[in-house]
Amino acid sequence: MGYTLNFNLIWRHFDKLWGGLLLSLELAVISIAIGIVIGLVLAVWYVSAGRVVRTIIAAYVEFIRNVPLILLVYLVFYGVPTVIDLAYSAPTSFVVTLSVYSGAYLVEVFRSGLEAVPRGQLDAGKAIGLTPWQRLVHVRLPTMLRITLPALSNTFISLFKDTSIASVISVPELTYGAQWINFNTFRIVEVYLVTTAMYLVTGYALLFALRLVERRFRAAR
Amino acid sequence: MATSSNNSPALLEIAEVSKSFGPVAVLRSVSLQVAKGEVVTIIGPSGSGKTTLLRCVNFLESYDSGSIRIDGKEVGYRDAGTRQRRSERDLAAMRAETGMVFQSFNLFPHLTAAGNIMLGLTKVRGKGSAEARAIAEHWLARVGLAHKADSLPAELSGGQQQRVGIARAVAMEPKILLLDEITSALDPELVGEVLAVVKSLAEDGMTMVMVTHEMAFARDASSRIVFMADGGVSAVGPPKEVLAAETTNERLRTFLARFRASHF
Repeated sequence: MGYTLNFNLIWRHFDKLWGGLLLSLELAVISIAIGIVIGLVLAVWYVSAGRVVRTIIAAYVEFIRNVPLILLVYLVFYGVPTVIDLAYSAPTSFVVTLSVYSGAYLVEVFRSGLEAVPRGQLDAGKAIGLTPWQRLVHVRLPTMLRITLPALSNTFISLFKDTSIASVISVPELTYGAQWINFNTFRIVEVYLVTTAMYLVTGYALLFALRLVERRFRAAR
Repeated sequence: MATSSNNSPALLEIAEVSKSFGPVAVLRSVSLQVAKGEVVTIIGPSGSGKTTLLRCVNFLESYDSGSIRIDGKEVGYRDAGTRQRRSERDLAAMRAETGMVFQSFNLFPHLTAAGNIMLGLTKVRGKGSAEARAIAEHWLARVGLAHKADSLPAELSGGQQQRVGIARAVAMEPKILLLDEITSALDPELVGEVLAVVKSLAEDGMTMVMVTHEMAFARDASSRIVFMADGGVSAVGPPKEVLAAETTNERLRTFLARFRASHF
């Protein structure tokens, strides 16, 4: 019980946390953006493809979903360069990993959204003479987006938190910054309190922003 | 081909069309001709193939044999003989020539009333958005919804949504309008406003094929009534003949009797 909180050392090194948070956000935004592209393309392909393609896409999704992210991070950062002659930085390596990872989750979100678009709407698109591509862009995707927004928000928040795994390959994001301060000041309670608060506030801000978007879309339904 | 035309060639020619879902035959050699300006209503018990027939006309459903022509042009296949399916692009172009109104309205939920009408005009007809907007407003006024142009479907009543559905279909200036039980999902008090719009289109000479359970409307507004049973055309003729109580057609008599019993 003799422990007294002392945040002075934390504030002195706060740039590690602040810079870390910005990098965390950057990693998340880039990975999610790439993941959205992967997810959309594969989901659209999945719902219109034959059994072979479906099996391959399903295998990718199942593989990613059943392997811990930290393992994938090790695999891409240490494993791949040992096998093929390819050098990349730790942040790049992590972005690649998290993109592929988020892609797998987003395929599932988008796929179920696409399948939930009422058939009548697609019929209506056909009936006015839209081509398959026009039906996808002007009818199916807008409705799918509306349906999937809540699930998307949850996935985005989750992926933002997953950036903390990048610390295991020394990417100086928020969790790594916290560890650095801990190792150098031994103020373990203080540093993790502050870091937790930073994750919380950022996560909540993200969620709030996404809920605003959701509400706007819901009103427009 | 089925026994064909008198003097004016039919706008829509359905000849010996058959279709099965697995072992179930839903259409059995159905033939029907509709002349320009005619209003043909299709009645019959559920499961008799009415809706399926209608959906074959704009190829939302494929059919196994027979031929459907609009203005002499085969609808879903390059020609009835080879039964080679048209390309998606061709099909889209063909479908733009027929309008369809659905039982469940099927408006695009993310677009306003005007937006629903403008989508086909801009993307299919290639009109500029100002022109498309003007056309949309014209048709919305025509169905009594000029003031709802910027409302989303969710903000409209069922009857209003269906009137937008009709406006969306006719704004494309289709050669023929297909109406699939368009009042079945509506509360009784909203049926009238929708049927009034259909009636005014009929008076303008729009060619229509309409599947309906509204017998009074079928009697008053149709040129001919088709009675379907078990996937085939069981009776066809002017309303007075088909709806005559003393018909010798056993199936028709049962259907009408049951209908009168449940609706009056």
